[in-house]
Amino acid sequence: MNMVPYDRIAQEAKDRFKEIAENTIPLLMVGTATCGLAQGARDVLVALKEESRRLGIEAEVREVGCLGHCYAEPLVVAKMPGTAPYLYGNVTPTKGSLILRRYVRDGDPFLDFLMGSLEKDDVVPLVYDLPRFYFEKRVILELCGLIDPEDIDHYIAHMGYYALHKALTMAPEAIIAEIARSGLRGRGGAGFPTALKWEACRSHIADQRIVICNADEGDPGAYMDRSILESNPHQVLEGLAIAARAVGASRGYIYLRAEYPLAIRRVKKAIEDATARGFLGKDIMGSGFDLHLTLFEGSGAFVCGEETALIASMEGERGMPRHRPPYPAERGLNGKPTLINNVKTLALVTHVIRDSAEAIASMGTEKSKGTMVFSLVGKVEQQGLVEVPMGTTLRSLIFDICGGIQNQKGFKAVQIGGPSGGCIPEALLDTRIDYESLGSAGAMMGSGGMVVMDEEDCMVEVARFFVEFTQGESCGKCTFCRIGTKQMLEILGDITKGKGTSSDLKLLKELAEDIRMGSLCNLGGTAPNPVLTTLRYFEEEYRAHIGEQRCPALQCRELIAYYIIPDRCAAGCEACVGTCPTEAIYTMSTRKKAIDQGKCVRCGECVVACPPEYRAVTKISPRREVPPSLEPPPEQGGTEIHG
Amino acid sequence: MESSLSRGGETIADKVKEILLSFDGRRENLIPILQKIQADLDHVPFQAMLHVAEYLKIPVGEIYGVVTFYNQFRLKPLGKYNIKVCMGTACHVKRSYIIMEEWKRRLGIQEGDTTDDGLFSLERVACVGCCALAPVMVVGHDGSETFYGHAMTSKVNGLLMEFQRKEAGRPPSE
Repeated sequence: MNMVPYDRIAQEAKDRFKEIAENTIPLLMVGTATCGLAQGARDVLVALKEESRRLGIEAEVREVGCLGHCYAEPLVVAKMPGTAPYLYGNVTPTKGSLILRRYVRDGDPFLDFLMGSLEKDDVVPLVYDLPRFYFEKRVILELCGLIDPEDIDHYIAHMGYYALHKALTMAPEAIIAEIARSGLRGRGGAGFPTALKWEACRSHIADQRIVICNADEGDPGAYMDRSILESNPHQVLEGLAIAARAVGASRGYIYLRAEYPLAIRRVKKAIEDATARGFLGKDIMGSGFDLHLTLFEGSGAFVCGEETALIASMEGERGMPRHRPPYPAERGLNGKPTLINNVKTLALVTHVIRDSAEAIASMGTEKSKGTMVFSLVGKVEQQGLVEVPMGTTLRSLIFDICGGIQNQKGFKAVQIGGPSGGCIPEALLDTRIDYESLGSAGAMMGSGGMVVMDEEDCMVEVARFFVEFTQGESCGKCTFCRIGTKQMLEILGDITKGKGTSSDLKLLKELAEDIRMGSLCNLGGTAPNPVLTTLRYFEEEYRAHIGEQRCPALQCRELIAYYIIPDRCAAGCEACVGTCPTEAIYTMSTRKKAIDQGKCVRCGECVVACPPEYRAVTKISPRREVPPSLEPPPEQGGTEIHG
Repeated sequence: MESSLSRGGETIADKVKEILLSFDGRRENLIPILQKIQADLDHVPFQAMLHVAEYLKIPVGEIYGVVTFYNQFRLKPLGKYNIKVCMGTACHVKRSYIIMEEWKRRLGIQEGDTTDDGLFSLERVACVGCCALAPVMVVGHDGSETFYGHAMTSKVNGLLMEFQRKEAGRPPSE
């Protein structure tokens, strides 16, 4: 074996990256992952390029990935020669051109829009002192948003592919032993020890073994895998190559959702670049080890996140799970032993080998080691991706790091683990985030999606939503999953419409148990979790729906009514009238407004439109408590458009 | 659907045969083939499935089974303005169903349908992965999509008017 020394590989990339790092011209980096683009990062990018040209300001404008701070997108990092890089949040094209003129041209850091400095600086405080950054421990996200994901040199300059180089000099058993020492567990949901999975795949004798990166991220509300692949794809490719080396695989696939076009483009480019540089393909870095990597576009079926269904879909079948054993580690894709790992697991593999097992094992709890990336969305203030060590409490994550609940509302529950997970109430906010603690609370780690809910969210409706999702995604193979979830959905639908009966709760619990027992894969096995946890922690809410036709959170539309309080409504004000999509609001002889309940679709638009000094529109549940209207709606029913 | 039958002077059969040339006849290639067909023809017509069945030597019923199993594949062409409403968890708790209803009401079609003039189609998507912007609407076709975050029913009306104005050849309202 005559391996190319790593220093030689890295030097060239470092030289090239140095030009950027020790920039002689101003450098502007715009975060253009999907979330940034959705908030207008493309316009900012174009504006920066055009403005710098128009004003004759010499500056390099680059696209980078996502820092995970979705609440402040689009984000721009501006680095002037010889100063620390500064981070600007909520940048619009106009703000962008102001930054260009005021900071890049005139040298005034423009504190109004500044979030902070990314390196120690005399003028501007560090962003890492802000709570949202301070509590984070960025391992997987270390480089996300700070390097150009389409430029392999950026990655190599940050010790990229060092871990693979090191792994190629190690015996496969030693690699697996190192992963075992790190205590790494699969980040895809179930938390199976990674080393055991690798060992199992390696132990089966075969002419060929296969490794697959499972990037079929389907949980609604979780998007960290997409973000990681869009921001730093090489890190995952490197982890996959290390896994291939450890189990002795010569073929690899990235199974990525077709719904993620940008991630697909960046991963394709990363595979091409890595192959061209000799980090993939034949005789990797002169080690004699081959790995051919292909991108497979998943066609969007939630169940394909399950290993055997994923394999079926790659073989051109409907993505239906099959019975295990044999496990894919024994008989997987085309009958070959196959190792399937999640995106985050593979990203962590790179860090275990690059740094050491201890570096990961030193973080987290006794049984759950390392860090985990969560996506926090819903009613939480500073939404986005957060990477924290395992064992952090939910309270700390939601309140200390992400700034608590939006609009000063009260916290109600956090939904963890997507459709397979559960809702955790306020009383359990001090639960530590690790596989066991979440499991005993009735939820599960899942892929790390967290949806925070406030007092205006109805837990029955949330349960119904998740069952509707799993029902639609059930592949139909097992009767209990196919029909049981359908029955469950109908019962829950009835309850949210006020048509539930007192025996429904018992029936729901029975059905939940039957579905769990009667399903082959985890989609069915965990489908009742949202129902069971909401029943466990919020049974009162179910009872209010059934017994009183009342939705305590004022959300279930069949059980609420919007009502304009005559005393608060300002005569002559027309603010709500034009916003009503069904023209249900009419004017009374007092020139005050009232709602025709027969026409109202309860969209809530009038609440938003009513000026805050009046706040005349309220929600009432149950509907029978709506006071009788002072004047009946006009015969023709408000078809005439006011104003 | 004259446009899809004779896109660029080619029939579906010609196009599909051309696509099949770049794949060998292994079953594993079924999904990539279907993806390519949809990328080129905007949907997977039944006629195309017949050609694929012949090429891969599997029953057409099985291909239909695969096409209808996965969310990605469509049997009908999309409208010129394809509107997707995100129905993920984060969007749901921010009342995305009201947005969906408003589109249905305004367009007079159901989810998965296209308006008779072929201008608008309406889809629900499970999660587009930008939950911080919830509720989210996406307008456009694969690869050239525009995201609209923090959707409201009034935004739906505004957008619709914008599109209709554009179609009528009138300048945008602003």
